Amino acid sequence: MTPTGFVSQLLQLVVALALAPLLVGWVNQCRAWLQNKRAPPLALPYRTIHKLFSKDAVVAENASPLCRLTPYVVFGAMCCAAAIVPSLATDLPFAQAADAIALVGLFALARVFIALAAMDIGTAFGTMGARREMFVGFLAEPALLMVLFTASLISGSTSLPTIVETLAHREFAIYPSLAFAGVAFTMVSLAENARIPVDNPSTHLELTMIHEAMLLEYSARHLALIEWASALKLFNYSCIGLALFLPAGIAEAGDWPGIVVAAPILVAKLVAGGFALALIETLSAKMRIFRAPEFLGTAFMLAVLAMLVNLLLGS
Amino acid sequence: MSALPLYAQLINLFAAILLLLAFAMLAQRRVLSLIDLFAAQGMALAASTAIVGWGTGQSHLYFSAALTLVLKVFLLPWILYRLIRRLDVRWDVEGLINIPTTMLIGIVVCVFSFNLAFPISQLAVTVTRSTLGIAIACVMLSFLMMITRRKAVPQVIGFLSMENGLFFAATSATYGMPMVVELGIALDVLVGMVILGVFFFQIREQFDSLDLKHLEKLREGE
Amino acid sequence: MRRVRAARWHDAARGTAQRGSPHPGRPVIEILAVLGIPLAGGVLLAAIGHRREAPAVNVVASLATFLAAAALTARVIADGPMLVLGRAFFVDSFNVFLVALTAFVGFTTSLFSRPYMRIEQEHGRLSPARLRLYHAMYQLFNFTMLLALLTNNLGILWVALEAATLTTVLLVSLYRTPASLEAAWKYFILCGVGIAQALFGTILVFFAAEKLLGAGGGALLWTELNAVKTQLEPTVLSIAFVFLLVGYGTKVGLVPLHNWLPDAHAEGPTPVSAVLSGLLLNVALYAVVRCKVLVEGAVPTSFARSLMMGFGLLSVVVAAFLLSRQKDIKRLFAYSSIEHMGIVTFAFGMGGAVANFAGLLHMTVHSLTKSAIFFAVGHAAQKAGTQVIDDIRGLVTQSPMIGWGLALGTLAILGMPPFGVFASEFLILTTAMREQPWATPFLLAALGVAFAAVFSRVQPMVFGETTVKRLPHRPAMIPVFVHLLIVLMLGLWIPPALADWYREAARLIG
Repeated sequence: MTPTGFVSQLLQLVVALALAPLLVGWVNQCRAWLQNKRAPPLALPYRTIHKLFSKDAVVAENASPLCRLTPYVVFGAMCCAAAIVPSLATDLPFAQAADAIALVGLFALARVFIALAAMDIGTAFGTMGARREMFVGFLAEPALLMVLFTASLISGSTSLPTIVETLAHREFAIYPSLAFAGVAFTMVSLAENARIPVDNPSTHLELTMIHEAMLLEYSARHLALIEWASALKLFNYSCIGLALFLPAGIAEAGDWPGIVVAAPILVAKLVAGGFALALIETLSAKMRIFRAPEFLGTAFMLAVLAMLVNLLLGS
Repeated sequence: MSALPLYAQLINLFAAILLLLAFAMLAQRRVLSLIDLFAAQGMALAASTAIVGWGTGQSHLYFSAALTLVLKVFLLPWILYRLIRRLDVRWDVEGLINIPTTMLIGIVVCVFSFNLAFPISQLAVTVTRSTLGIAIACVMLSFLMMITRRKAVPQVIGFLSMENGLFFAATSATYGMPMVVELGIALDVLVGMVILGVFFFQIREQFDSLDLKHLEKLREGE
Repeated sequence: MRRVRAARWHDAARGTAQRGSPHPGRPVIEILAVLGIPLAGGVLLAAIGHRREAPAVNVVASLATFLAAAALTARVIADGPMLVLGRAFFVDSFNVFLVALTAFVGFTTSLFSRPYMRIEQEHGRLSPARLRLYHAMYQLFNFTMLLALLTNNLGILWVALEAATLTTVLLVSLYRTPASLEAAWKYFILCGVGIAQALFGTILVFFAAEKLLGAGGGALLWTELNAVKTQLEPTVLSIAFVFLLVGYGTKVGLVPLHNWLPDAHAEGPTPVSAVLSGLLLNVALYAVVRCKVLVEGAVPTSFARSLMMGFGLLSVVVAAFLLSRQKDIKRLFAYSSIEHMGIVTFAFGMGGAVANFAGLLHMTVHSLTKSAIFFAVGHAAQKAGTQVIDDIRGLVTQSPMIGWGLALGTLAILGMPPFGVFASEFLILTTAMREQPWATPFLLAALGVAFAAVFSRVQPMVFGETTVKRLPHRPAMIPVFVHLLIVLMLGLWIPPALADWYREAARLIG
């Protein structure tokens, strides 16, 4: 536990909490620009969360303690994930406690709790949303694991900081397996973060809701925490993607100036990433739910292909 | 791992793209997109042959690449386009098994091919020897595509992409076969396509459709 | 120079196992004639194939090819194995005998095809355009087969065999019935997929040889490969042989890759069935055997032989049992072709002087007998207007020539003495009893089942009440009886020159 490690860990967590809603706002802005609409202000997600915290929480009569507990569990899981993913630096003390597979486990934990809580109340929307969410998640998880396996095959370890360090230090070369894995990861993160083409984050139509359907029963601070957690999830996925495929600029251990430089670099990368996400969302149409297996099957297959190509070609 | 020379990396990249295209053809539903994918495969093949020629200084591979380009990127897709337009083939291509299952089987086939190629790759002296596994996988995936399709045109495209895979195997294991043999093979493929074109018309004339279920009547003992 | 030639001739006359080493030779004219005449004939007939003289032109071209092949054969017997035109073509006793056989059967089939196609035209089953296609493709098909036999380059061998399939695909579907379209489609796709495997095998052989012989093009030449075969990588060649056997074996019709064969042989015009059954299967098997010679040198175990024996035996047994389910006369004899090709493959798999000799003899007599049978069957089907066995009855009463031709041909193909097929089958069985006793009961059972099945179907066709009509033109029965006569002669007495020739070829196969 070096001082730099402690500081970088703390800094990373704070930055994640602070920047996640901004990322969501940025994506919304880009989407509005691309669709020729007037964008909401960039800081709108912050104002929404702040507004929600000051309201009174209302919980359904037949809700069990699970319903009250879930927002905190989900938010906590996302914070833990933010602590593990090397977005600013690779010297993260907490990261030694959990590797890439545990990361997937954290996301799974959050998903399970949200789904259970949605079914807890017993309304039709909640159950339906929970079913669909588990369906998508069941298909997305293997793909995500395969992507992480590919990365760990190349770097020889499943611990994310080690992966990042190894990948950042490789000479620039064309790695087809990483290219495939990158595409697969993009598809998986679209599915997991409830983005078009898998799910529309702003819809409340019964036929098309997946993620939103599970949130209908929450209010006030619970809803605030869950919204923040969703933003954090998007932020985490983006950082994982950047760490695996664009690791340049992440500070090494004991590198004080590096951490200072890493933050603007991260912001720059996220700006570009957010714009790319908005572009993908604008150019795609939402798929019917039973096309989701094909989409995710393709992602899984690409990820497996990446792994096989890596095994065969050594790159 | 030391980095390979640039041309070897490029060849690995093209090999991976070929494999990706083979999988994409497995999953594709529309016949026009199939032809586009086949043309893209031909393009990747020509590019990789040219790069092998550049990297190893074997100039006959440039002719080979040019031949592939003319035949498989321009001529054959053009013939297929004309056939499709005149035959008025419907777009949707139903398969015998659904697409996610096909892809899973494709992955198993891929693993099997890589295993098969491994002992042979060990013995090769070319710099591109590791791509032999991908070549065999492309052949097997095209074969899978042929088996799981009902319509005549996708079967033929599967057959042609099998030949692509074999050509890639030749280039990756042995820096290409002698020119005279390659010309002969190209001629065979071209003549085969022409004959198939004529044949499709005969089938369509007889059955008013290119669905292959009409061609399954001959059984044992009849 | 004259001393060298005299010495070699002396060796050939003595019949000793003195193999002349291949050297750039002189029969350039003969080779060019053997290949050029069918090619030119095909091109010519593509233009004039619908005219009245077209069948005569076809016959003349085939006769010229046969004469050129005979001249080539004489040269090879005199001078021994030779490389011609640089290293592009290679003739030794193994392939020149097949060249002669192919040219001969091509010639007699063209004789048969004249009246047959005329009758078909009378029956209204063919248009002038289709006749043009038929005649042109017939000559081109001969060209591709001869090219496959004479080339020294494994890659060109592949190209020629695939071209042989391509030339006949449209012929199989000539009548445009649903059944013939299906047969042609299966033929194209299954043979195409099969031969793609053979291409992969060829690539692997090239790959193994390139390390020893360099990439200059010498690595695909059979003579070069034969010289260095003991130094080739055994693993690669074993894998290559599997692919080559599966690939070329599909074209031979080995079970379980035989699916296309009964349909393709049954659905086209009869001359096409005759050459497909009689000639193409031989050429494909020739390709397999050439590869087997290479692989045997490289791989110390009896891997190649066991594979060939296995496939051969499987083909014999399965085909024999499927014979009893056939209702179409041409399909019946197509399965019989599968069975006999299985026997030959089994014989070559056993190896050794006697088995190889018997295999070569069997290839010869099977070609001659099967084509004779198809000639007779073709006319019989024309008389009856159908190919269904149950609808053809009493041929002898209406047309004794056709009836007896069919009866004798059937007896010949079923292995009755004194026809040649009996001699070769006898040799193969005795060798099997000596070397592979486990296989003998299967072979005997299969041959017995085949005999019962075919004979019981052909007998009511030939004798008894008649249901057939007269033909508008006289049928061509001379080729049938010429073939059967040759087969009879081979059964009773093999001319010593021919025996030497076979022995020499058997030695080359190893």
